[in-house]
Amino acid sequence: MNAKDVKVEKTVEKARSLKNVPFRYCPGCGHTIIHRLIAEVIDELNIRERTIGIAPVGCAVFAYDYFNFDMLEAAHGRPPAAATGMKRTLPDKIVFSYQGDGDLAAIGTGEIIHAANRGENITVFFVNNATYGMTGGQMAPTTLPGQVTTTTHVGREINTTGYPLRMSEMLATIEGAALIARTAVDSPENIRNAKKLIEKAFKYQIEDKGFSMIEILSPCPTNWGMTPARAAIWLREEMMHYYKLGVFKDNPTDSQNQTKSSGVSAVMRSL
Amino acid sequence: MNKALMKGNEALALAAIHAGCKFYAGYPITPQNEIPEYMSRTLPAWGGAFVQAESEIAAINMVFGASACGARAMTSSSSPGISLKQEGISFLAGAELPAVIVNMQRGGPGLGNISASQADYFQAVKGGGHGDYRLLVLAPFTVQEIWDLTMLAFDKADEYRNPVMILGDSILGQMMEPFIPTPYMKPALPEKTWALNGCAGRQPNVVKSLFVGEGELEEKNYVLQDKYRRMKAKDVRFQTQDIEDAELIVVSFGIAARISTEAVSMLRKTGKRVGHFRPITLFPFPEKQIHDLARRGAKFIAVELNAGQMVEDVRLAVNGKSEVLFYGRPGGGVITPEELYDRLKDEC
Ligand SMILES: Cc1ncc(C[n+]2csc(CCOP(=O)(O)OP(=O)(O)O)c2C)c(N)n1
Ligand code: SF4
Ligand SMILES: [Mg+2]
Repeated sequence: MNAKDVKVEKTVEKARSLKNVPFRYCPGCGHTIIHRLIAEVIDELNIRERTIGIAPVGCAVFAYDYFNFDMLEAAHGRPPAAATGMKRTLPDKIVFSYQGDGDLAAIGTGEIIHAANRGENITVFFVNNATYGMTGGQMAPTTLPGQVTTTTHVGREINTTGYPLRMSEMLATIEGAALIARTAVDSPENIRNAKKLIEKAFKYQIEDKGFSMIEILSPCPTNWGMTPARAAIWLREEMMHYYKLGVFKDNPTDSQNQTKSSGVSAVMRSL
Repeated sequence: MNKALMKGNEALALAAIHAGCKFYAGYPITPQNEIPEYMSRTLPAWGGAFVQAESEIAAINMVFGASACGARAMTSSSSPGISLKQEGISFLAGAELPAVIVNMQRGGPGLGNISASQADYFQAVKGGGHGDYRLLVLAPFTVQEIWDLTMLAFDKADEYRNPVMILGDSILGQMMEPFIPTPYMKPALPEKTWALNGCAGRQPNVVKSLFVGEGELEEKNYVLQDKYRRMKAKDVRFQTQDIEDAELIVVSFGIAARISTEAVSMLRKTGKRVGHFRPITLFPFPEKQIHDLARRGAKFIAVELNAGQMVEDVRLAVNGKSEVLFYGRPGGGVITPEELYDRLKDEC
């Protein structure tokens, strides 16, 4: 067959919600996949022009270089507070924060808990890679027992450093939260599932259902000291053993309106 | 126009609402609780949002988010809470976001006590948080001025795209006095084209304080420094009393100025050539005006409710041209006019 007879069809388009620049995350890094999923969902829901994202302090601090819509870069751990200020000011916009485990589960624990508890109508993407990627692989609150990091040289010892925090399970106990789920980006199947949950979370915000957080187990091959392929296996075998995938809370009530308009919580109304 | 009678804190809250404040977040701390209380009652009816934050850190970051969306936003606290806000204030300055931050100072260090103090002067005027930045700092001394300067604070924050601090203290916040609630008149201000409000019909906006490109941060810092120079050139505010023939000039701001003006009036009655200089903007500090008075030969005494902070700026302004004395009482001590009269009478 002659070369000029070959019809080239573009089967994969870059999401409009991504800028036309290459990602600079490490090979095999979960952030790249998660960025793409979020961008695709925003495209599909046709909300790019009303979306405002918040980048964390962590490897994804440069998220504003990749996402092709309005972006804020907030202080370490504070995106849920910044998102609160934004959503209360512009309730018609779609506001999401994108946070790592250091950002959300250590320095920003107060902000995430209280944003969830107020039932802020925002979407949080929580990227759990069991380490502090950006600062060079120190122990995170989500680091597994026995996991070697640059501050746990012999492996995380639970008697002095505590147990890894299961943020999704914790936040699922909060009345104000509408959707809390954990997924992963280690396999095509889980990536598809992650995308579905990301879409569901955005839809909840569009429908004014209140706070949602999607936790995403994500490989950090660089700081785990593994090849991307090995990192995916470690994520599956070690991380998923401790962090079960699933939907921990799905409460599609109109919590936003119930808490905001009358000050009477959903609980009190049901009494 | 009819006079109103309100507490300083409440007048401040109402002035903010009149000036178009659309977002307030705060965390309770005495002696400024009337501000969040008033805001919670009144702001929603004016189309704004009130949030009682889980901490001062959260509050300032909520303001960061609201301001990034283009809203006029304010937070208030008192000394320990203002310490907690410093990282967020630095981020506001770095991202060039307008915001109004109120500090009704109380005695420190530590938990200190809730009596009036001016011991956060350094923190307010020298930057406070990390990095080379400045706030425009306004120091009201009456409830009237709280009203007027709160409105001005929002305009200046927008004009310079910079946080503005209102530095009060527990007496000013708590005292009630009549004032004229002058209507707010919004000046012409540039459109907030940088605001995050959805990129419909335009390129996406990014609000950030991270500048990692080669030379980018240094360049940003020169932009900021240029802005602070513009403040110095056009926004110095001060008030004087009896300085024309004064041999001794008392320099004081805020509540210390209330005390000083009384002591100065008492001394004038005894024929002493004493005057009073009151900086209204603490940054930019009226250095040129003080320098000119020093060249004329006047001697200065800084009077503060702290162990001597603004006196350093007076010395820098005087730059050796005359003598600079200090009288003050640190955290918790409040000077009386009689006490100050006694201290001043032998200096002139
Ligand atoms: C107040 C403050 N403390 C510490 C840091 C340093 N710091 C930057 S990123 C980071 C941790 C990031 O880890 P994580 O949130 O898990 O994100 P990752 O890089 O793993 O995606 C830390 C501690 C900072 N920038 N600000
Ligand atoms: S250090 Fe880890 S989290 Fe950061 S970009 Fe590299 S792989 Fe991703
Ligand atoms: Mg991490």
